[in-house]
Amino acid sequence: MIELKNISKKLGDREILNNISSVFEKGHVNLVIGGSGSGKTVLMKCMVGLFEIDSGEILYDNRNFSSLDFKARTPFRKEIGMVFQGGALFDSLNVERNVMFPLSMFTDMTYEEKMDRVNFCLNRVNLPNVNNHQPSELSGGMKKRVAIARAIAPNPKYLFCDEPNSGLDPRTSIVIDNLIKEITMEYDITTVINTHDMNSVLEIGDKITYLHQGKKWWEGNAEEILRTDNKELNGFIFASKLAQSIKKHA
Amino acid sequence: MRWLFHFGQYWLFMKRMMTKPEKFSIYWKQFLRECDNFGYGSLGIVALVSVFTGAVITIQTIYNLTNPLIPMYSVGIVARDSIILEFSPTIICLVLAGKIGSSITSEIGTMRVTEQIDALEIMGINSAAYLVLPKITAAMFIFPFVILLSAFLGITGGYLAGTLTGKISSADFIYGLQNNFIPYNVEFALIKSFVFAYIITTVASYHGFHTQGGALEVGKSSTYSVVYSSILILIGDYILTQLLLV
Repeated sequence: MIELKNISKKLGDREILNNISSVFEKGHVNLVIGGSGSGKTVLMKCMVGLFEIDSGEILYDNRNFSSLDFKARTPFRKEIGMVFQGGALFDSLNVERNVMFPLSMFTDMTYEEKMDRVNFCLNRVNLPNVNNHQPSELSGGMKKRVAIARAIAPNPKYLFCDEPNSGLDPRTSIVIDNLIKEITMEYDITTVINTHDMNSVLEIGDKITYLHQGKKWWEGNAEEILRTDNKELNGFIFASKLAQSIKKHA
Repeated sequence: MRWLFHFGQYWLFMKRMMTKPEKFSIYWKQFLRECDNFGYGSLGIVALVSVFTGAVITIQTIYNLTNPLIPMYSVGIVARDSIILEFSPTIICLVLAGKIGSSITSEIGTMRVTEQIDALEIMGINSAAYLVLPKITAAMFIFPFVILLSAFLGITGGYLAGTLTGKISSADFIYGLQNNFIPYNVEFALIKSFVFAYIITTVASYHGFHTQGGALEVGKSSTYSVVYSSILILIGDYILTQLLLV
């Protein structure tokens, strides 16, 4: 479980996050949605420690993460997996080495043990037989899946995904969504996803937090989002005619 | 005052980098990879520049030696000392600042803008140390060898240019090379290459690491890194010469 308590963050003079509090439950897919510039990426970067918050607290299973310095956060970081928008695979390493990287860095596993784990993770994301491919040889969807394999390789307790569907076709997006959902339930991890993909919101969102102008504007689940009368949220989620017709028939 | 900001940030970056490696074996592999990159990968350009520079120095020295009282073997002395003291350590390092410096900045800058450095940080890896420390140590280790090779090739180039054109006899040139040879000059060249290796890799890494934006900014950072490391090499060259030779 990840708990945010009154998080605020400024970048320069601009207030990006304003007093945000929320709880992201274990074994659930927690979605953070919001328009461009709403602060969701900054919130995620604060949660993983890439940005420092100005005030508030971030608790990982009641352990205060935000008050620690870089070194003291190391044990926490080993429990965190993150899938970046573009995959962020290391260009100089092939797929196998990318997935093996966190294991080589932080475990004393033998090469055979690491290879078993790498193959297991790649099979789990339905990517067998790409071990020796370079990241540049992979499609966008494959890159995302390798990034997921790398994120789950060290058995994380917390999984963060920053817009995992961006730039993917609808069918591949569904594959990625389902994969993240399955992994969350299978390993009972706390998953937080930044997205503005409507399908993800309705299909895999156990809990949805809507950010607007750096503030938490709405919180609920996929059922509730269809019936909400929150003006800004409706304007964001049901902007297209297709989404409006879904709301009508809900 | 912007330079003061960069000066402070550069030293904070250096401090952040100088930490105990998370896993020595991984850093060792990186070190070997960079040695191969910087050493073997630079051999072609270093050989080409050295041979032709040596040849040009020799020909120009012969061209300027119009006084019949100055013995012909002094061409060998001038070529040897110019190459060992200045051309190999300084000119080759300026060439390497362009080749290796821009490559380091592009590599690290691209990793920054594609969030690969963020991925390292999230894993709990000191990205500055992991990416930069092996490059600095590899360059400081391999550059002196590259410079020695460059000096050898430069002198060989000078010898070939002088003797093949018939402007100087082989015996005169070799006598000049051996005449009044000061071994300290080689030490001085190695000290310079050691310092310049540090300048090239740290300045290039600093610019790459602090790149923000996209492909355009990566290109700009590469340009800045080459310009600033070249300026620092020239300033460093003057300071070292003043301190160690005069």
